[in-house]
Amino acid sequence: MSGGVDSSVAAALLVEQGYEVIGMMMRLWSEESDSCSTHNRCCTPEQLNDARRIADKLGIPFYVLDTQEVFRNTIVEFFIDQHRQAFTPNPCIECNRHIRFNWLLNNALALDADYLATGHYARVMLGSDGVYQLRAGVDDSKDQSYVLSVLRQEHLKQVMFPIGEYPKSEVREIAARFGLPTASKKDSQDLCFLGDGDYRRFLRDYAPEVMEPGPIVLKNGQIVGEHQGLANYTIGQRKGLNISYSEPLYVIGTNPYRNALIVGIADDLGKDHLTAKRVTWVNDQNVPTAPFRAEVKIRYKAKSMPAWITPLPEDRIAVKFDHPLRDITPGQGAVIYHGDQCLGGGIIERDSDATVETPVSQVNVTLV
Amino acid sequence: MKNRRSVYLDHSATTPTDPRVVEKMLPYFTEFYGNASSIHGFGRKAEQAIEDAREMIAKILHCDPIEIVFTSGGSESDNLALRGAAWTAQQQGRGNHLITTPVEHSAIGRTTAQLAALMGFERTLLPVDRHAQIDEEDFIAACRPETTLASVIYANNEVGTIAPIPQLAQIAHERGIWLHTDAVQAAGQLPLDVEVLGVDLMSLSAHKFYGPKGVGVLYVRKGIDLVPSQTGGSHEENRRAGTHNTPAIVGMAYALQWAYDERETRIAHYRAMRDQLITGILAHISDVELTGHPQDRLPSHASFVFDGIDSTKLLMHLDMKGVAASGGSACKTGNPEPSSVLLAMGYPAEQAIGTLRLSVGLQTTPEDVEYAVNAVADSVEKLRKLNRVLSS
Repeated sequence: MSGGVDSSVAAALLVEQGYEVIGMMMRLWSEESDSCSTHNRCCTPEQLNDARRIADKLGIPFYVLDTQEVFRNTIVEFFIDQHRQAFTPNPCIECNRHIRFNWLLNNALALDADYLATGHYARVMLGSDGVYQLRAGVDDSKDQSYVLSVLRQEHLKQVMFPIGEYPKSEVREIAARFGLPTASKKDSQDLCFLGDGDYRRFLRDYAPEVMEPGPIVLKNGQIVGEHQGLANYTIGQRKGLNISYSEPLYVIGTNPYRNALIVGIADDLGKDHLTAKRVTWVNDQNVPTAPFRAEVKIRYKAKSMPAWITPLPEDRIAVKFDHPLRDITPGQGAVIYHGDQCLGGGIIERDSDATVETPVSQVNVTLV
Repeated sequence: MKNRRSVYLDHSATTPTDPRVVEKMLPYFTEFYGNASSIHGFGRKAEQAIEDAREMIAKILHCDPIEIVFTSGGSESDNLALRGAAWTAQQQGRGNHLITTPVEHSAIGRTTAQLAALMGFERTLLPVDRHAQIDEEDFIAACRPETTLASVIYANNEVGTIAPIPQLAQIAHERGIWLHTDAVQAAGQLPLDVEVLGVDLMSLSAHKFYGPKGVGVLYVRKGIDLVPSQTGGSHEENRRAGTHNTPAIVGMAYALQWAYDERETRIAHYRAMRDQLITGILAHISDVELTGHPQDRLPSHASFVFDGIDSTKLLMHLDMKGVAASGGSACKTGNPEPSSVLLAMGYPAEQAIGTLRLSVGLQTTPEDVEYAVNAVADSVEKLRKLNRVLSS
């Protein structure tokens, strides 16, 4: 429980359905920020109090688990390290992989819990073939199956997403019906460990080396300008490059070995293929071996687009889209769907890395 | 959870109020509700009850009733003792140096820290050994001409160790130093005779001995003029302003009276339950250590450290099994710190995070203890298994 609407309603629904519910909040690592900040950082004393009051109201025990060290060592370090390698990571995917559905799930199971329930907008269904399915939440605009795509059978048999069956508006109504004080609270945004929601500022503070200026180059290697640190730019970005050139230039990639930002003209931008690594399948008992048709989502808020998926050795896939996409970003998840059913996913590779070893990070940052 | 029992083993945190005590308190809510400071008959009724209570308590402490100051509880008594006596000595130009220990309750630890940080006092923390005991020689060595006040906890709240208060008092008095003791945990179980103890100031809190919450005592030896830390009316001989909490004061007096009338039988029961608890835990669980002194400890108090266990999680597991306990480093905000008491006793930080305190009471039964031992054993085993799963 985070003190927010979604996890509160998830708990309330389970209590109403007659489950014996235990409220747990993970105290995650986050930056210190001044108390006047209105930013939606996680695990503040206010959120802790909110969650505790909601648990009191629902008549369930509530515990706060110290998750700071494991979260810092796995998620925050990962976030920095990926930026150091010029990837744009999705920490929520990694948090679900390592923290929520491993660390927290195991803590819940140790307490003799039968299920771990969270306030995610997604659904778990048991197919007639005895295979658990991960499905999008019914509220398309809130669906979080993208960040849950790392879940497999062993997880799905013991997790519940009670609010996945409801649109957000109804979740707020349910909160109001239960008299939960979070009924009108704002949705949280941004990465939970940032003091101010500004990940560029965070990287400048915690990993200044990823903000080293370097050359801006064309595909042929010609230097056309200087960038202010690769982490400042996203694929498809046009503004803020400060280059005079005969045509508008867009960010099309990076070369972390040279600390170079690669730009190109609009025609260079679209791409109809990608490869992904660290692929997991929801039905890990029967993984695909032959190419198949599906839809693929390349970032949390993107639409899923039709494509051919080709399984490759060593937990990799190749994806060929029917139409080019402008913002395929290395480090983000490529998540595979059949309609509203999530089949699994992986992490988008850089084209140049598909054959080359990824650089080893040299500097270890210490977080305080 | 099947066969869940409700077992309260956190009597060092607080005790239930004795129903007989509640009976004694009730008339002072609705019948004799006058303000003890008032001139009229309603006020006199309340005043009489308060002065009767003062006499009852003075008899147990073997002191003059005027030496009893009623407060809102242990923390306030500690604050008044330290601030009041330290300021007075400072006013008298006798010095600015305080001596205390690193194993005090935070009402002492944070108050002396604040006096040192903000109010121009100097503080010496005496070293403690593995059992949280101080060496009299260290105390002697720490005394300076400008030392005015020392404060040493009578029975430690985290590890139960009993301090040699009479010997410390003698050392202090030979040097013109006042000795305060926080007797909050000791009250109800250990002798409180201030002549035997030799203390100049002593804090008590009613809810630790089956009295109500929100009321306590500070014993102040005659001749010590306290600068009040809470100013206002002239209550309590100008030592503590605020309308008297008549029902609570009456309840406290009876609770203390009965605690000492029945002390022998109570202590025998505590000891039996505690020893069963300690024996059971040490026999059923590996890599566990009893903390605090094995003999010189509170009869009701058992405390442990478990290797590889996070105290907060252990308490959560025990709570789910219906066992109420506490731990030195326990914390409700998910930001646990290793117990500073255990660190001072020389335990490494990774051990000082795995503390458990079980304190028995009047209603504790051998079946409760057996259930609790099994619950602790099962929880520790599950948490250690969890550690193995998560680190693999």
